[in-house]
Amino acid sequence: MSQQSAQELSGPGDATDLQSTGTTPPAIETMALTRRFGSLTAVNSMNLTVPTGSIFGLLGPNGAGKSTTIKVLTTLLPPSSGTARVAGLDIIKQPRAVRSHLGYIPQAVSAEGVLTGYENMQIFAKLYGVHHSVRKERIDEALNLLSLSEFAQTQVKKYSGGMTRRLEIAIALVHRPPLLVLDEPTVGLDPTARRAIWERLHALRDQNNMTILITTHQMGEAEGLCDQVAIMNRGEIAALGPIPELKAALGPDATLDDVFIAHTGSTIEEGGFADAARTRRTSMRRE
Amino acid sequence: MQPELAVPACGGNKTDSFADFFRVVFAIIEGEIRKLLHDPLEMLARVVQPAVWLLVFAPVFSSLRQIPTGGIRYQDFIAPGILAQGVLLLSVVYGINVLFERDMGLLQKYLASPASRGALVLGKALSAGVRNAPQVLVIYALAAIISAKVRWNPLAILAVLLLVILGSALFCSLSLVVACLVKNRERFMSINQALTVPLFFASSALYPVALMPTWLRRLTYLNPLSYLVDGLRSAMLSQARSAYGLKVDFAVQVCGLAVLVLLAARLYPRVEY
Repeated sequence: MSQQSAQELSGPGDATDLQSTGTTPPAIETMALTRRFGSLTAVNSMNLTVPTGSIFGLLGPNGAGKSTTIKVLTTLLPPSSGTARVAGLDIIKQPRAVRSHLGYIPQAVSAEGVLTGYENMQIFAKLYGVHHSVRKERIDEALNLLSLSEFAQTQVKKYSGGMTRRLEIAIALVHRPPLLVLDEPTVGLDPTARRAIWERLHALRDQNNMTILITTHQMGEAEGLCDQVAIMNRGEIAALGPIPELKAALGPDATLDDVFIAHTGSTIEEGGFADAARTRRTSMRRE
Repeated sequence: MQPELAVPACGGNKTDSFADFFRVVFAIIEGEIRKLLHDPLEMLARVVQPAVWLLVFAPVFSSLRQIPTGGIRYQDFIAPGILAQGVLLLSVVYGINVLFERDMGLLQKYLASPASRGALVLGKALSAGVRNAPQVLVIYALAAIISAKVRWNPLAILAVLLLVILGSALFCSLSLVVACLVKNRERFMSINQALTVPLFFASSALYPVALMPTWLRRLTYLNPLSYLVDGLRSAMLSQARSAYGLKVDFAVQVCGLAVLVLLAARLYPRVEY
C-alpha cells in the first residue's frame, strides 16, 4: 500500500479531524451493556472504553459473546439493557448515525461473487450515501489503498481469499468511517494473506488515526495487531489491557495463550467446526 | 474530503430522506441488473416452462373444448395466466435470498449501513420485478408463434410490463415476510409451496372464475394473483375484458405491495436474531 494513498483517505470528517478539536469522545464506550437470548446472557453488563485511534481486540473462546458484542455495537442487535456510545453517538437513540460512522466487515466473506470488485464497491458507496460527484474517486482511492486497482473489473469469484478480504475492507472504507469493525478478519486465510491484512490495518490506524475493533480467537492475530485487548468469557470481560501488561501480570515468561487460559479456563479452538463451516460458506458465496 | 460530501447523518430534511430512500432502492435494483448481465443464461432458462405450457399443454386442452373462455381461444386465454404463473413462481422463492444473505454475511453488511430498511426491502422486491421483466418478451414471442390475438399497442405492452413488475414485487415481499418469520430455508420452502399452489389454482390463470365453486370464487377476491391475471389478460388480449377493471387490478398490486413492504421492513432486521 502506498503511504500517499493512505493519507489521501483522511479528511475533515474522519478520526483525525475529530481528535484535532480536543473534544474527541472515546471511539466506543459501553455502559452496563447486556444482551440476552431467552435464558442465555450472551453479554453481561459490559463496561468497556475503546480509545480513538487504537486497534482493540475482543478475544475469547467460541460463544464468549464477542460477535454478539459487535452486533450490538453495529446496531444489528438491540441491547437487552444498558447502552453504548459509538463515536459519541448513542446506539439506541441514534442507530442510523452510528451506522454512518462505522465500516463493518462480518465473519463470512460476503462480497457478491458474480459482480466485479468495482461493482460491489459501487453498491455500498450508494448505500452509504457517498455523493455521485466523488463516488468514483472514493472507490478508486479505496481500491488503490488495498492494492486492488488492477483487479477492479474482475469478478470477485476469481479473487483469492485474501483479495476478497481486502476488497471487503475497501468496501468498508468507501465512506471514510472513523471506526472499522472486523469480526474475525483473517479466519480461513493463509499466513501471507493474513500478514497483508494486518499491514493494511496498521497503516489505516497509523496514517488516518482510524479506530479498529476486531474480534479474534487467534492469539497470533491479537499479538500482531492489537494495542489493547479485552478477554471475554461467558459474556463478561475477564481481563483488559495492553498485551505486554497482561502477560507481565502473570509472570515473566507468560505468553498470551497463558493469559487466555488463566482468564477463561479454556484453550482456544484453532479451526474446528466453526471455522470449517465459515470457510465452506465463503466458498459457496464466491461460486 | 469535503465535509458536505461525507455520509449523511441520521435524519436530515425530507428532500434528502426521499432522495436517500430511492438512491438505495435503485442501488439494489442496479446490482440485480448487473448480476443478470453477468449471467444471461439464467434468462434463457426461463423460456422453457412457458413454452411447454403454451406449445404443449394449451393445444391439448384446447382440443377438448371443455373450458368456456368467452369466445377466446384457450391458447390465447392462458398466455397471460402462464405469464402470471412465471411471476408467482419466481418471486415467491426470491425471499429465500435473504436467508442465504444472512448466512453469507451480506445481510449484516446491508443492515450495518445507514440505508433505510424499507428502501432495502423495496429494492429487493422490485429486483424480482426486474428478474421477471424478460418473461414479458418471452410470452409475447410465444404468443406471436401461436398466432394469439394480442394487443400490440405500446401502451398495452407497457401496462403488462408494469403489472409484471408490481406483481413480482408483491409476491417477493410476501416471500420476504415468510423468510423473516420462519428464518429457516427448509421451512421456508415447504411454507412457500403451501402458499403457491392455492394462490395459483384460486385464480383465473388456467380457467375462468365462473367455472369455480362458489366458495372458491369468493376466495379469488382475496387473491392478489386473480387481479394480476385479470389485468394481464385484459391488457394483453384484444378480445378480453377485465372482470374487476384495470384500475382496480393496478390498485390491488400497489396497495398489496405497500402493505407487504412495510411489514417486511419491520421484520427484515429480525432475520439476524
